[in-house]
Amino acid sequence: MNKQTATLSRSIYELLSSMRFAISLLTILAIASIIGTVLKQNEPYANYIIEFGQYWFTVFQWLGLYDVYRTHWFVVILSVLVASTSTCIYRNLPMMLREMRSYRENATEQSLRHFQHVAEISGNQVNAHILTQYLDVQGYRYKQKQTGEHLLIAAKRGSANRLGYIFTHSAIVLICIGGLIDSNIPLKIEQAFGWKKIETRDIAESQVPAISRLSPSNLSFRGNVTIPEGSSADVVFLNIADGYMVQDLPFKIGLTKFHIEHYSTGQPKSFASDITIIDKKTNRPILSHTVTVNHPLIYDGVAIFQASFGDGGTRLNLNGWNLFDHAGTPFPVKGAIHDTAKLAADDRQYTIEFMDFRPFNIESLGDAKNTMHDTRAVLGGSAVADKKDLHNVGPSFQYKLRDADGQAKEYSNYMLPLFIDKRWYMMSGMRDAPNQPFQYIRFPLDPERTLSGFMRLRGIMLDRTRHPEIAQRFVAYAIPDAPADVKAKLIDSTIKVLDIFAQGGYKSLSAFIEAKIPAADRDQAAQTYLKILELSTYQAYILTQAQAQQPVPKMDDETGWFIRDSLNSISDIFFYGAPVYLQLANYDEVQATGLQLTRSPGKNIVFGGSALLVLGVFAMFYVRERRLWLLVKQNSVLFAMSSNRKTLDFENEFAQHQQDIAELVKGT
Amino acid sequence: MQATLTMPRTPLFKQLTPFDWLYAVALCVGAGYAFSLYGNNMDSYEKGFLLGAAVVFSGLGWLWKPIRTLLIVVATLSLFGINDYHADLARANQAFFLKYILASQSAIMWMSVLFVLATVTYWISLAARSDFTAKVASALTWSGLTMGLVGLLVRWYESYLISPDVGHIPVSNLYEVFILFSIITALLYLHYENRYQNRQMGAFVLPVISAAVGFLLWYTFDRQAQNIQPLVPALQSYWMKIHVPANFIGYGSFSLAAMIGVAYLLASKGILASRLPKLEILDDVMYKSIAVGFGFFTIATILGAMWAAEAWGGYWSWDPKETWALIVWLNYAAWLHIRLVKGLRGPLLAWWAVVGLFVTVFAFLGVNMFLSGLHSYGTL
Ligand code: HEM
Repeated sequence: MNKQTATLSRSIYELLSSMRFAISLLTILAIASIIGTVLKQNEPYANYIIEFGQYWFTVFQWLGLYDVYRTHWFVVILSVLVASTSTCIYRNLPMMLREMRSYRENATEQSLRHFQHVAEISGNQVNAHILTQYLDVQGYRYKQKQTGEHLLIAAKRGSANRLGYIFTHSAIVLICIGGLIDSNIPLKIEQAFGWKKIETRDIAESQVPAISRLSPSNLSFRGNVTIPEGSSADVVFLNIADGYMVQDLPFKIGLTKFHIEHYSTGQPKSFASDITIIDKKTNRPILSHTVTVNHPLIYDGVAIFQASFGDGGTRLNLNGWNLFDHAGTPFPVKGAIHDTAKLAADDRQYTIEFMDFRPFNIESLGDAKNTMHDTRAVLGGSAVADKKDLHNVGPSFQYKLRDADGQAKEYSNYMLPLFIDKRWYMMSGMRDAPNQPFQYIRFPLDPERTLSGFMRLRGIMLDRTRHPEIAQRFVAYAIPDAPADVKAKLIDSTIKVLDIFAQGGYKSLSAFIEAKIPAADRDQAAQTYLKILELSTYQAYILTQAQAQQPVPKMDDETGWFIRDSLNSISDIFFYGAPVYLQLANYDEVQATGLQLTRSPGKNIVFGGSALLVLGVFAMFYVRERRLWLLVKQNSVLFAMSSNRKTLDFENEFAQHQQDIAELVKGT
Repeated sequence: MQATLTMPRTPLFKQLTPFDWLYAVALCVGAGYAFSLYGNNMDSYEKGFLLGAAVVFSGLGWLWKPIRTLLIVVATLSLFGINDYHADLARANQAFFLKYILASQSAIMWMSVLFVLATVTYWISLAARSDFTAKVASALTWSGLTMGLVGLLVRWYESYLISPDVGHIPVSNLYEVFILFSIITALLYLHYENRYQNRQMGAFVLPVISAAVGFLLWYTFDRQAQNIQPLVPALQSYWMKIHVPANFIGYGSFSLAAMIGVAYLLASKGILASRLPKLEILDDVMYKSIAVGFGFFTIATILGAMWAAEAWGGYWSWDPKETWALIVWLNYAAWLHIRLVKGLRGPLLAWWAVVGLFVTVFAFLGVNMFLSGLHSYGTL
């Protein structure tokens, strides 16, 4: 090694072990840690692109901001901290060990006189024995040394403070090493060399190639798997960047049943999965166990946690109501969550993608974005009371309706009618994109509490061939005694109003009024048209009810509201975005549990390190190291003290000792 | 002379008065009674805790005498309140003592009022340089502390009255931990007040408690947060009972240190310097408080990691709350090291402690309000 490199490595050593460097490092690490808390980590890449746009997405990706705590630069900062702490220990350890043992009995009078805390105490009865007795009582250990004609008593207390330093700082190194073992850094290295590759395609697990699979003997992993009731799994998925890897398990896990229990207030009380560990080779069950939140099962070095739950493929029987046909009767549709079904309506092909099913909804026109629900969130601990009294509004299911062009809209339909403003409705929510709130359409229920009344009325209202008949009945009812030409004119207008309404509901009607009628008369016209529309709809309702052999509706408030609600609904179906409303008739629920499986051999190192850390920190704070020297002369004592921490306690103690010793040597 | 040789180090046991012994015996009898009542329903941890509590509180009372009175008064009031319920929650609004003083809501309102009064009184005493007023302020703080503790203990009981499966220790949501924060900060402050025989610092420390009280009142009246909610599955863990209080000893100490930092900065510029303790004393309180805070925050973070290892499947997941705990911890580790570097003490440290309060408050509240994660703990 030449001189230059020697000085270079010397100065690196100096830098790494310096306190100022440590302070900067701690600060930098703190600041760097903030990034990952501000930016949501490990989201699907598509979300980031939507949020930042392509350009910034690429920049942030290059900076590794989507998984900050595992990026190169963050790991480098951590490693520098470990290096710095280790160097610091290396540098201080020998000195500290020496200090712990040594009494520094070789201090000279001259050096003692240079101490910050030193006092010459004169007395006439200086007695070394009394002084050592005093030190005993004060809890000091000491050593005596004759230097020339004087006796030096060198004493110390609280040497364990130094152990505190050693413990604390070794603990940091230990914890980081433990964490490193459990991190995915080995995997990253394998990826860097191209030995392993993440899978980004959405393919069946069995199709994932070996290069994206990890063997059961993998030292450490943390992955998730969803298992429907009655099924089993022998892999977990590790989410990495914009893809995943498949971790093969040394055993198979089967789910018998997933349970949720609730408090009487509706909050969840427990999430539990009845699982069975199954031997992979023989397919024989080995062990049955119930895993709950906070109570994992550890089997074969792998810990199995309750992490989430969701739907495991609930089977649905649906009534499909074609919203634009004239018949007003439903057709059956079958489906299962996570599955798709074909739908033909209005001569067009659609695909229904069944997304999620919820057996009950606690008074929220729900809009959870994820179809898996986290069982581990402590969010429910929120203190804020729900102001309304809660009640269950029954099952709901969500699906996407995708047309032949690939455009999809999302729907959320409730199985049971909801009681709103004193009347009953079937609710269906629609949205164009997952980040929007649902917009609800309400279909009114007839006096029999079924949808049929509305659907039949809707059918006739949209059927232009029936409009003359409706108009005639309306006119006969409204102006029975008018002359024939007046009647004919009103019949014409009524047919026109009905036709326009059938083309696009209230929107078409108001567009018509705007286009055809001078501004001054619009209000008047609108009111007239509305009246015509409502009264003729009443006639249409009588017609459909009679046809269906239902009792004739009375002209009362209830019917009035039903007519108005029906007209609103018919108006809304033009914006519903789908030709069909799917009503849930019955279901057969299948739940799924989300388990997290981990193997973390570094855990014990980390916890061992943690214990050391606590011991060390308390030793450093609460064991104060103090040294004390008494140079005993004929008629005086030279008293000096030092400590590695200058605190007020130390100042007070120095003053106290000085006073005590003065008293001791003065004699009585 | 013999006196000097022994006096400074009389062993603790020899210093104990009959009252000390009586106090310890009372604690043990209380623990024994609780054991005879509920021993059958306790697991070994709980038995350990009960025994540990008797020992720790005896020791605490011996080391710092006012704790004895505090504990006796708190126990008497709480037991009286609990007894007055006759196992019927509706009595909270009917029985006189419960309605006006001892039901947890009333007690917590009393705590709030007393802490705010104490704040005002400390400032009056600072302005008037009045020793007597300062003593009144101390008394108010002790009373506020008492009512806060009674409130929490009675609330604990009330939660079981709602339903045995709802019952839990009141440290489970933001509302409850704000009470805990006020209590712990007050207790720490009173300790330093006693130890340094100085009451002027109260004018700086109590405002942070009043701020917490202000939040608590807003949370109660605007959000009805005072209602007792059952525990979600993730919170049904033994770890919660120790993790949360340990954290709040940390938060309380850090806040206290920051407020002393404010006093230090003012005094070092000559403002109120003649009324405040000497700079060395302020520096020392700041250091001691951060040391206590750092120690307990270290423990709390480790306990959190152990809990996470059981509930979330990993001891460290870089969840925003975890990460902010690390940031707070690193911040104070840096602070402690700065103090060891020659020439960096003084206003820099005080500033750093003040900034530390903002970091701490963000970790405590900001994370819940602005960031998402498993650990939201209680949204506003
Ligand atoms: C996360 C990292 C670290 C933590 C948590 C930590 C913690 C501590 C604590 C609590 C103290 C006691 C302070 C006091 O008594 O007031 C201390 C002292 C000390 N630390 Fe660190 N430290 C860390 C990293 C480092 C590094 C990287 C270095 C060196 C480059 C270092 C060097 C020292 C030294 C020299 C002392 C004084 C020891 C003595 O004189 O007794 N520390 N540390």
